[in-house]
Amino acid sequence: MLTQKEIFATLEMIDRQHLDIRTITMGVSLLSCCDADANAACAKVYDKITRSAANLVRVGEDIEREFGIPIVNKRISVTPMALVAAACEAEDYVPFALTLDRAAKECGVDFIGGYSALVQKGMTQADERLIRSIPEALDRTDLVCSSVNVGSTRAGINMDAVALMGRIVKETALRTADRDGLGCAKLVVFCNAVEDNPFMAGAFHGVGEAERVINVGVSGPGVVYHALQGVKGAPFDVVAETVKKTAFRVTRMGQLVAQEASKRLDTPFGIVDLSLAPTPAVGDSVARILEEMGLETCGAHGTTAALALLNDAVKKGGVMASSSVGGLSGAFIPVSEDEGMIAAAQSGVLTIDKLEAMTCVCSVGLDMIAVPGDTSAETVAAIIADEAAIGMVNNKTTAARVLPVPGKKVGDSIEMGGLLGSAPVMPVHPESSAAFIQRGGRIPAPLHSLRN
Amino acid sequence: MNAIVSVLGRDKVGITAAVCVKMAEYRINILDISMTVMQGNFTMMMVVDLEKMTAPFGEVVEACDALGKELGVSIRIQRQEIFNAMHEI
Repeated sequence: MLTQKEIFATLEMIDRQHLDIRTITMGVSLLSCCDADANAACAKVYDKITRSAANLVRVGEDIEREFGIPIVNKRISVTPMALVAAACEAEDYVPFALTLDRAAKECGVDFIGGYSALVQKGMTQADERLIRSIPEALDRTDLVCSSVNVGSTRAGINMDAVALMGRIVKETALRTADRDGLGCAKLVVFCNAVEDNPFMAGAFHGVGEAERVINVGVSGPGVVYHALQGVKGAPFDVVAETVKKTAFRVTRMGQLVAQEASKRLDTPFGIVDLSLAPTPAVGDSVARILEEMGLETCGAHGTTAALALLNDAVKKGGVMASSSVGGLSGAFIPVSEDEGMIAAAQSGVLTIDKLEAMTCVCSVGLDMIAVPGDTSAETVAAIIADEAAIGMVNNKTTAARVLPVPGKKVGDSIEMGGLLGSAPVMPVHPESSAAFIQRGGRIPAPLHSLRN
Repeated sequence: MNAIVSVLGRDKVGITAAVCVKMAEYRINILDISMTVMQGNFTMMMVVDLEKMTAPFGEVVEACDALGKELGVSIRIQRQEIFNAMHEI
């Protein structure tokens, strides 16, 4: 029997600690939409998405109302578009992006992900066409998100793709210069990308997935922060236990919402993603959790250790709460989307180098980081290469979502609004990595024994 | 199907009565009820049965919102599963 205390504890989590379901993401396979004629393929893509996800937003809103839990985003992920477009002769893939955008708007979702290519070992002609179309695609669409996988633990890192992505990120920033390079916020470069990720900008529907699937991403940094305020000064085993218990509760709610959405949409339940996803709102920050553990500012020495504990405890608590866990599952550290990270970066304590170290022990990678507009394509590529190397060697997903904001310098700040937040422009090392990036080729996959 | 009705706000005469009347209006049966007033703050929790509810859930949510505004308190109705999920293994 539920007690009044338990009920009010839940209500407080929702009201004061920003507990929410970050996203219900419907994965839709577009493999059946391949066609030699690009227009026919686009028509099939539009039909299939709008048919599959016709009720997604309505069902999400119904669940929100009945359970009294906010569901912040409803999203769609699709098969990497390079695979679908490969069947057609067209050289310009932008119409595919426009089609995704139209379909997403018709369904009323917040984002659609899957304007993607998987090139960890090599690029097909279609992959290259898609990648080269990304700047225009992101400029001319509102809801489309794009991702490119440039490396994996099994294949190594495709350095030709890394070099190309450095240029593509730069070009995307320039094409969306009037919006402070916003296009780059919708473009992520992965190593070891996962096929069932519900979070943007990196969501796509992998080829190993079913026709349709429901994946749910939970949130909850505010709840963890609040729980840790109750164990001030306690040893780390108590901290870890507290995080585990909290993560269990948060994930159980995600599991319930996922099952309910799956039933109502007559779509198989895929996974719950255990990620602690922050928002720019005060009290919903991963950085503040780390500070609550005893660090004066996020970025101080000890930050990596604190994050390692947090990330692991979130997974341990969450795994038991869900029948199927997947996606990225860990703590996110997107600078612009986290009030505490923004403050730490503005004060100069949190640097890109420290963030890179943090990505060794947590989910994803260098995320939503604004860098000066004069950062060269080679430096962006080198940042991507560093992140990919961390992912490749440690057998984990890493990514880079970097915004070289045109015309902005260190000390400036950009405002993207909504969940994307605001970002202080952070310094990068001015020394050149150009000769390194120009080599091209592949960094071989790492050895899987003799691990030290 | 059960739901939890929670009411929070400044105490005044007639809150419990008004909420119960609203439940009856929609043929929502009250299974359990607990209420306390501490330092002028009113908290009430009800477990209700929606089996014979006469309107869609969304309409009842809106009616509770409207009544809450009228009484100056917050009234929420949520499916019980969300609380079970969070607090029971």
